[in-house]
Amino acid sequence: MSGSPFPVIASLDALAGALFLLAALGVVATRQVLASLRLFILQSLLLAFSAVLLGIGLGSIHLLAVAVITIATKAMLIPWLLRRTLSAEVYRTREIERALNIPSSLLLSAILIMLAYVIANPLLAAVSAPFAAINLPLGIAVIFLGAITIAVRREAVPQMLGLLVVENGVFFAGIAIVPDLPVIAELAAAVDVPVIVLVIGLLTRQIYRRLGTTSVGRLAALREH
Amino acid sequence: MLERILYNLLQVAVVLAFAPLVEGVINRLKEMLQSKHGPSIFQPYRDIWKLLHKDEIVSEQSSWIFRAAPYVAFAAPVFVALLIPVLTSYPLFFAFMGDMLGGGFVLAFGGFFATLAAVDTANPYGPMGASRTRMVGFLAEPVFIIVFLTVSFVAGSTIPYIVQTRWVTPIANFFEPSHVLLMMAFLMLILAEDGRIPVDSPSGQFELAMIDRSKGLEYSGRGAALMKWAGAMKFFVLICIFLNVLVTPWGLAPDTAGPIGVLLAIPLVLLKIFGFVLVLVYIESSLAKLRLFRITEFLGAAFVTAVVAMITRLAEI
Repeated sequence: MSGSPFPVIASLDALAGALFLLAALGVVATRQVLASLRLFILQSLLLAFSAVLLGIGLGSIHLLAVAVITIATKAMLIPWLLRRTLSAEVYRTREIERALNIPSSLLLSAILIMLAYVIANPLLAAVSAPFAAINLPLGIAVIFLGAITIAVRREAVPQMLGLLVVENGVFFAGIAIVPDLPVIAELAAAVDVPVIVLVIGLLTRQIYRRLGTTSVGRLAALREH
Repeated sequence: MLERILYNLLQVAVVLAFAPLVEGVINRLKEMLQSKHGPSIFQPYRDIWKLLHKDEIVSEQSSWIFRAAPYVAFAAPVFVALLIPVLTSYPLFFAFMGDMLGGGFVLAFGGFFATLAAVDTANPYGPMGASRTRMVGFLAEPVFIIVFLTVSFVAGSTIPYIVQTRWVTPIANFFEPSHVLLMMAFLMLILAEDGRIPVDSPSGQFELAMIDRSKGLEYSGRGAALMKWAGAMKFFVLICIFLNVLVTPWGLAPDTAGPIGVLLAIPLVLLKIFGFVLVLVYIESSLAKLRLFRITEFLGAAFVTAVVAMITRLAEI
């Protein structure tokens, strides 16, 4: 923080980053689909907040556009799409089946966060962007946490949320390293992600109609015993 | 020198005098939130007074531990009140006698004796509650250690008086991610350590579901009064550490304020505690008690929060 030219912005960005990471941990650990989705929305808002801060700090108009796109797609469009495609499945309060219990997955997450810092250290030596020291390790950590979510959850919708968390992590690291990423790239991602959500949502709806469940973990076996 | 000793004793007196009041206010507010009238906020004082004048019955099967435990449990928070900043922002006479870890050990010592006493009587509910308390305790311990470690690492000291000024000077430090995360972890610890609602129900009367309270079931008369008072003081001391060291180290008497400043700090500190109590009552009224084996998850979450705070701190963001 001391090396940064904007102490207040860096401090707020670090706070947003810490809460961003905590929201990702929540997506890993919460029991219910709806809570998971809400945490994802919160995380996306924090991503947008960080983008705005960096946009002010670096004087980049692109980052403000990124923030607007993030809020529009991730905080509004995706929840709406999910509600439309599989309303009962998402908005029913029930527990998610999981492969690993909550304390173990949290401990695994803590180890991965440390690993993210270890990985980010040599990378930071190569990047000279002012906010990279905050955003890069946290972004990598959140990518790991999204991967963990996909691994420990056994149901389609929470796994998809894991995928989206990975996406958030990539953006969180990206906005600090390449602040002038062309808006075209952002727009492409903004179109891609809802399409992914739509496809997975419709697929899940089909699975749910056929089998009466969305625990895709069980689909690994061909026949029921 | 002499006045520093006096202020230190005044701190102890404040803890002794106002701890039951905090408990009374919490009980009253909780009832009011449920649209009930609720007991007077001075009810805990009346309870303690009543119990002090009743006969004490001690099982003849019990050993000296059962008789000694209320005094040990009572002495522990009194002792810790000497070490922590309750009213002043500068170290008092006994402040360097022990650091935050020392205070934690003293509190744990009181809890340890209460646990032994619960096992001592062979009342079936006592050992059950005692073993559950230990379970919550050993899950909370690593979180405590990490919180204290991170806090002391930042301040370069484990004396709470020195730690408190570090977090708010300059004010931007307050919003440091590690600070916010540590506050969250410590809040979860207070809930667990004092048997508040997501972990344990402090007003529950059902012995099978009790965690913390079943340890005191066998006590009567003076022993029960001391245990009750000790529980209230332990909570008060924990809130003081939380508010005066970690969250809001404002409103304390500075070095230059003199005796009037110290006396003026009493209502300010009580006001801060009242603010915290409002948050606590909101948490307790909006959450349900967790099942026993989900306490692991609750404290696991606290642990990971503390670890993340430590990592973000050590990585110097």
